Amino acid sequence: MTEATMSSAMSSAAATPVRRDIGLKKRHAAETRFRLYGIVAIAIGITFLGLLLVSIVSKGYTAFVQTEISVPVFFDPAIIDKDNVRETNPKVLQTANYPVVARNAVAAALGIDKTEKKAMKELSTFVSDGSRALLRNMVAANPALVGTTQTVSLLAAGDIDSANKGQIDLTVPEANRKVSDLQVEWLNTLKQKGIVTTGFNWGLLTFGASSRPETSGLGVALIGSLYMMLIVLAIGVPLGVAASIYLEEFAKKNRFTDLIEVNINNLAAVPSIVFGLLGLAVFINFFGLPRSAPVVGGLVLTLMTLPTIIIATRSALRSVPPSIRSAALGVGASKMQMVFDHVLPLATPGILTGTIIGLARALGETAPLLLIGMVAFVADAPSNPLQPATALPVQIFMWTNEAERAFVERASGAIIVLLLFLAVMNITAILLRRRFERRW
Amino acid sequence: MKIALYASAAVIALTSAAVARDQIQVAGSSTVLPYAKIVAEQFGETFTDFKTPVVESGGSGAGIKQFCEGVGEDKIDIANSSRAIKADELETCKANGVTEVEEVKIGYDGIVFATDIAGPDFAIEPVDIYKALAAQVVVDGKLVDNPYSKWNEVNPAFPEWDIAAYIPGEKHGTREVFETKVLEAGCDKDALTAAGVVKDDLAKTCHAVRKDGKAVDIDGDYTETLARIDSNKTGVGVFGLAFYENNADKLKVATVGGVVPTTESIASGEYPVSRPLFFYVKKAHLGVIPGLKEYVEFFTSDDMIGPDSPLAQYGLVAAPEAEREEIRAKFAAGTTM
Repeated sequence: MTEATMSSAMSSAAATPVRRDIGLKKRHAAETRFRLYGIVAIAIGITFLGLLLVSIVSKGYTAFVQTEISVPVFFDPAIIDKDNVRETNPKVLQTANYPVVARNAVAAALGIDKTEKKAMKELSTFVSDGSRALLRNMVAANPALVGTTQTVSLLAAGDIDSANKGQIDLTVPEANRKVSDLQVEWLNTLKQKGIVTTGFNWGLLTFGASSRPETSGLGVALIGSLYMMLIVLAIGVPLGVAASIYLEEFAKKNRFTDLIEVNINNLAAVPSIVFGLLGLAVFINFFGLPRSAPVVGGLVLTLMTLPTIIIATRSALRSVPPSIRSAALGVGASKMQMVFDHVLPLATPGILTGTIIGLARALGETAPLLLIGMVAFVADAPSNPLQPATALPVQIFMWTNEAERAFVERASGAIIVLLLFLAVMNITAILLRRRFERRW
Repeated sequence: MKIALYASAAVIALTSAAVARDQIQVAGSSTVLPYAKIVAEQFGETFTDFKTPVVESGGSGAGIKQFCEGVGEDKIDIANSSRAIKADELETCKANGVTEVEEVKIGYDGIVFATDIAGPDFAIEPVDIYKALAAQVVVDGKLVDNPYSKWNEVNPAFPEWDIAAYIPGEKHGTREVFETKVLEAGCDKDALTAAGVVKDDLAKTCHAVRKDGKAVDIDGDYTETLARIDSNKTGVGVFGLAFYENNADKLKVATVGGVVPTTESIASGEYPVSRPLFFYVKKAHLGVIPGLKEYVEFFTSDDMIGPDSPLAQYGLVAAPEAEREEIRAKFAAGTTM
């Protein structure tokens, strides 16, 4: 390139002997350097993103499978209802010692004598205690099960699950690891018999919080996040769009509206924990709404996303060309008809994009939820937004604080779920913009 | 616009429908959190009539502050605490109408010093640890940066090992016990005053740990401390008693003040580096919040805090039998503070 310029310059050199030095070489070099900086910056960004994804996925993908023990379980009336009073007092079915039922079933599969105390004790840390809820729910749904034998997929305890996934180093001395040699032997025996299998871990998506890794899941967090997003959508979008239409189309441009605009822009940058403080003071202490409830979380997140929605909507409205407005007014439309029939439909893709990006930010937010009591251990699924729940990022935070090995993969698994949600939302935003956007 | 109207109407309806709370709400210490979680979960599974309590974490101080905000359905029922409630906190409570507070001790948390199994016996006095790990010590009447680099310089009875101690990081509740029960106990305040430290700075000077790499903060759990000792056979680590007992084949425990740490010596208070764990209940909420009384009874039963209980398995030092009986009797009698 430079040489070509040089040679063409040479040929005409005879006509113009004096050449001005315009620093072409320097400027080209500067441009090349600048391009290089850009590529380096992007490469660094992509490398870290890649590292992040690789570390999360490599740690977390195992969370989506769970070790299960499929054994015929004899619902022993002697254990569940030894006084045979379930006809008159169905409560015994609720409080029965189901873990023993589960343990006996696995003992039978392994050929262990029930009277061997040491083996039975080790077996109690082999099968998850979550079998209590599992078997109880089966019996509660169908009391006729008592006295019959059913094949049930019991969950393996968290440490056994980790061992089965190869996350526990079995070469260290037995006394120094959570899984005993005997349990490893059982695991291998049962694996050969096809009794121990690994299946997709639906529990990760349905269970609530638990102190046992194998029975803890994102269920409550998903419901909580869903409620909050619905509340943000139902309150934040109408308020935000109405406010921006008024400010953009109807309000007079004066100092007061300028002040409002500055404040809205500032609010968008306020640290989210401040909104949590506000939520605590206003919604919980003043209005008396319940603690830990998604309704309060949703309201706080609404306040947080409102500035984002307003800013996005205003810029979408502003990007509709004035000719549309003039044309509408010119054919006799009222100002209101002009806004709602002509400007708003054209601005919709921009509004939707802004809203979805605001929602995505709200979905990943934990700080404001801390103060309103949503960073908590919640085991029961809420049936309405007034009952305690957590949120997806909160559950990730709580799992990373746990000591057990099996929570490490679960935390990463939960991050994968959250990232998927965020990706889906952002892709939707892009698609909507592509699909409906009009360029002038 | 219509949607906005409906939405605001829905919010108002939700607000006015102040439903009766049927779930116990607990907040407080992160040290007690894992225990409270285990109890809450099993409570929910055992008592199917009641919902599983909601347990927030956030620290003892924050929990007690919330607890003392007042009485009513919108206030929490129980505050977990890894220390006894302070007098001024109790006053705040009373000023806000929380006049009847019941204190329930759940057990003890003991911390031990341990070295690699192959090493010699250590008989530690708090003053040795202070001299080995403090940021500044008094030498010849002057406050100087810690000059000791080997254990036998601190106390001739110790081996000639480079000082390397793995202590709980500052975010751990155990750190506070370590500071008050070991460092402060071994710190000679008179000597510090003589060396010119003003009274207000005494505790801070006593608690300050050297930052020259000889005392390493461990922010992870005890497994990490153990791994450090594995790789450095002359290191000294701080562990929870339960963790040490599970790894007794790898670790040799040090006596503190001549007392061997055991469940008994911790429970009796003979072993100095331990602390009781508590939770506080609002008496006014008993009988109002469904399941609260049952939860406390369940928590204090031997199935939960006895020597073979799941909490003991997780690492709680169970109180001696007589004391557990006393705890239960105290709650049954409704004794308030």
